[in-house]
Formats: sequence, C-alpha cells, structure tokens
Amino acid sequence: MAERVALTGNDSAAYALKQINPDVMAVYPITPQTELMHKFAAYVADGEVVTELVRVESEHSAMSAVVGASVAGARAATATSANGLALMWEVLYIAASCRCPVVACVVNRALSGPINIHCDHSDTMGARDSGWLQLYCENCQEVYDNTIQAVRIAEHPDVRLPVMVCFDGFILSHTLEALEVNDDETVRRFIGQFERPDNLLDVAHAQTFGMFALQNYYYEFKKQQVDAMANAPAVIQQIGDEYAELTGRSYGLLDAYRCDDADVILLGLGSTMGTVKQAADDLGEQEGLKCGVLKIRSFRPFPAEQILQAIAGAQIVGVMDRAVSFGLGGPLFHEVRSARYGHQDGPMLDFIYGLGGRDLGLDDAKGIFRSLADASESGRYEPTTRYVGVRE
Amino acid sequence: MSEHVLEIRWHGRGGQGAKTACAMLASVAIGTGKYAQAAPEYGAEREGAPIKAYTRISDGVIRVHDAIYYPDIVMVLDDTLLVTEGVAQGLSEDGTLLVNTQMSPAEVRRTLELEGRTIYTIDATTIAIEEIGRPIPNTVMIGALVAVTGVVEVEDIKKKIEQKLGAKLSAKMLEGNMRAVERAFEEVRSENG
Repeated sequence: MAERVALTGNDSAAYALKQINPDVMAVYPITPQTELMHKFAAYVADGEVVTELVRVESEHSAMSAVVGASVAGARAATATSANGLALMWEVLYIAASCRCPVVACVVNRALSGPINIHCDHSDTMGARDSGWLQLYCENCQEVYDNTIQAVRIAEHPDVRLPVMVCFDGFILSHTLEALEVNDDETVRRFIGQFERPDNLLDVAHAQTFGMFALQNYYYEFKKQQVDAMANAPAVIQQIGDEYAELTGRSYGLLDAYRCDDADVILLGLGSTMGTVKQAADDLGEQEGLKCGVLKIRSFRPFPAEQILQAIAGAQIVGVMDRAVSFGLGGPLFHEVRSARYGHQDGPMLDFIYGLGGRDLGLDDAKGIFRSLADASESGRYEPTTRYVGVRE
Repeated sequence: MSEHVLEIRWHGRGGQGAKTACAMLASVAIGTGKYAQAAPEYGAEREGAPIKAYTRISDGVIRVHDAIYYPDIVMVLDDTLLVTEGVAQGLSEDGTLLVNTQMSPAEVRRTLELEGRTIYTIDATTIAIEEIGRPIPNTVMIGALVAVTGVVEVEDIKKKIEQKLGAKLSAKMLEGNMRAVERAFEEVRSENG
C-alpha cells in the first residue's frame, strides 16, 4: 500500500535508499547532503537495513569504496554535493569504466569559489562526460521515485553503468513536501536482486578489474561504454513505464508540459521547472501567451531525438542553464542547439540563472517567457546568452 | 485555474524555532490531506542571525520552488526585525501580519508605517518563558496563527507537537508547550482590542 507522507528531499532520498537496502553505502558529510546521510545512518543504527555503512575519510575514498564493493558484487550507493563530487572526480570515471552499476544521490550545490553552499548545477554539469547517467528531479516525489528507478536502470544488463540522481540543494534537499511512498515489499520486488556476472569474489572464474589497458585495449573499453550509454534511453523509458504501472506516476526521458501547441518553449532541469510550469499556466490564462515547458529528466544520456520532437512546433526556444561553461555559455543550451543542427531551424536564447542559489522567482520565470515572445515578435535575438537576475 | 496557494513568510532569528514552526505547520497540513511546502532559507547558520522561512499550503499540488515574495501572512518572531528586515514587503492588500512583541497592533502599524492589512500581536516570548521555561516563541506563534486564521485545526497542531517533541522533551515541558498554544488563543491581540 502506498502512503502519503511529508518529507524533505534529503529524507525522501534516504527513505528510498532504506527501501532499496543496498549492501554497501559509503558516505562522507557535506552540506547540503549531510542530512541524507544522517537519516540513512539512523536506519542502519536502528537495524532497518542490513547495509554496511562505510564511514570514510573523504569523498575520494567514498567513491573508491563504492567501486570496490560493486566489483565484489555488492549493490552499492553513496551521496554527495559540490566539492565532494569534485573530489570523487577521478574515481567517477573508474566507476563507469569498471561498469559499476552504483547509484549516487548528488544534492546540487555550487562549486567553490567563492565558497557557497547553495544550489546550482556546476557540480554535476562538470561530471557530464564521466560516463555516468544523470537524472534530474523537479520535486521531492521525483527524488524518491528517481532513486528507486536508478537502481534498476544502472543494473540493467544492457546498461550496467553508474547513475547520478541529481536534486537541487536546499530548494529540494531541505524543503518539506507531500509525497507518496511505496511499501517496502513493492520496492523490494521492483528492484529485485543484483547479480553481478563478473564478480571479483568469484574465485572459480578469476578476473581482473581496474587493469592496465594502453593503445591495445583502452579504446575498446570506451567504445563499450558508448554503446551501453546508447542502450540507456530505451531502458530508462521501459523502467519508467514499469514504475508507472506500479505507482500511477509516469517517467520518461523528459516531461513535456503544454508543448503541443506552444509558440514559446522553455527547456531546463530540476526544481525550477515547477516554477516555470506555473508561469506557463499564468501567462496562458492572463496574457494569452502559449507557453510550453520541456523538463529534461535524463541529461545523460541526452535525449536529442525526443527533444526535437517536443520543440518542433515552437516559434522560439529558450534554454535555462543553472551553470556556465566559461568561454562558451550554458551547457544545456549548447547541447540542444547542437541537437537541432541539420534537423530544425529556429531562434534560440540561453538564460543563465540561479548561480550560487540566487532565487529564480515566478516573476523572473514569466519575464523569461515574455522576453522570448518579444524576441520572436521583433525578430531581434541578440544577445543570445542572457543572465537572469545578475547585478551589473 | 490553478488552486490558490496560501503563502506564509516567517521572519525570525536563528534559535527561535522559525524553521521548526514552518515545517510543523506544513506537515500538519499535509497530514490533513492538503498539499504544503516548508522551505527555510539557509545562510551561514548562527544563533541570533535574521532568517526567513516559507510555508505554502494548498488544496492542490504546489509546483513553484521559489521564495515567497507576495505573502498572504507574515509571521515575525522577533520585533527587532520590524525595522531592519522589511517584513511587510510584498504583503498582500488583504494580508495578515502577526508579530511577537509587547507592542500593541497600533504601535506596530506606526513603526512600519503600514496601511491596510490586518495586524495582530502577541507577547509570545513571555508566554514561552512562563510555560516552557525557555524564550523560544515558535509554538506560541503557531497557536496564534491558528487562532487568527484557522489555517489548520489546533488539535492537529497539538498532536504534531506531541509526536515531534514528545520523545525529546520531559512531560512537564510538553505540557508547557500545550499550554503555550492554548494561551496564544486567549492572548493574541487584534487592533480592535
């Protein structure tokens, strides 16, 4: 039986992890993720999970412990934020290349400096080439649901890659919301048992992990990762469909809201998309603007085909980026524009926003829609990159 | 039409329990089948520093995840914030301001140079010291909020206090919290006396 509860984003993730009951969880505290780990540690102390909680001395060690556990056949998970993720960096790539289907909850926070504890996507955007899948969450319900689905997606034999469940620091991690949780048995059955075929502890079939591969084999390893990632969209969709049958909440690679007959469409990631949906409703009712919202759930793999389909009818497309690639612009914007090349024309604008936790209010979201509509009407599209809410 | 979302903005100082009150109110509302959101605004946490927290309550799903700029209700847990924090900023024309202070509502109105809106005051810190033995005004303020707005039922608030604080507090402290909520009903002051 499903149950309606009130939880913060951190507690939602911890609750999902409790029901997943991983064999190993390696953790190191960092704001705003720390409460997730506290809650999970309490589940361990109370005997509600059988997880071996490994308290390490750094995030580098946390990710290393997770990789070690995973190649030994364990279902393993961790959680971190910002500089913690940065310290995991080299091991992120190793987790992906060792084909460790582990789950990391990443509570998005701005990378230093200056030191800042609040939300932006600079941490996970930097990890987009590490070989991990990345799912972004709009609200606490999605934090819970995505954490559970991530286990299945990661462990699927066609994928076998690590998955990051990304959710906005404070805006979700410390915000209490209503959500529906499944009973333990439903989750247990949904995720099933993890059987790693190439198990380090299987001494009868001894194998080497994390080995040396130079010009002779490295390239083949990488091509296999490419192929596994190419399989991921179908798997994400299939598991989303299965989860929908179980819970009534459907999940795909993206979430298109009022896009079908929209003149103006805004794309983006994470909690801001809820605010943007409200702005689209309000502008439709109050100003007759036809606004659509395309929330990207799976940023890796990047769902180019599905994005093109969803935005095909729009007169102008805006992309919201909560991170910046210095010297280029918004990473999501450039990927969407690149996906359109050779398939779709049409103007696009990039809106950088919310760096270091700067709030993006409902009025700001409406302002973005209006500036897109104005640009479309006037035919003036410069500057392409706009900085929302910055003082100059 | 989107459902109306009741928006409450809390102004307090670190240690006064604004975050706890903000979350308690939201979880009580969720417990009665409504939708709610409680979002404290974090800075570098330190006792005494001004903080804001936001509670939203609605019959429908709440999708926005921004700060509250146009509150229906403003809760001020510390009257020294009246002059420093722009507490009435964005408060809707028919909105309500509830202040923990020894001042009367008329004095608060003069201090803020505020027109319209409805102002209530309560000496929540004194009640808290007398009933709980500590100057933490949050449960009194929740009581006063429920008294003047009826946003949730007082019995549900009391149940939540028992559930949340029952394990942490002594029976005496818990009783004190309950009495503090009840006294808020009797002692909250409106402009009509």
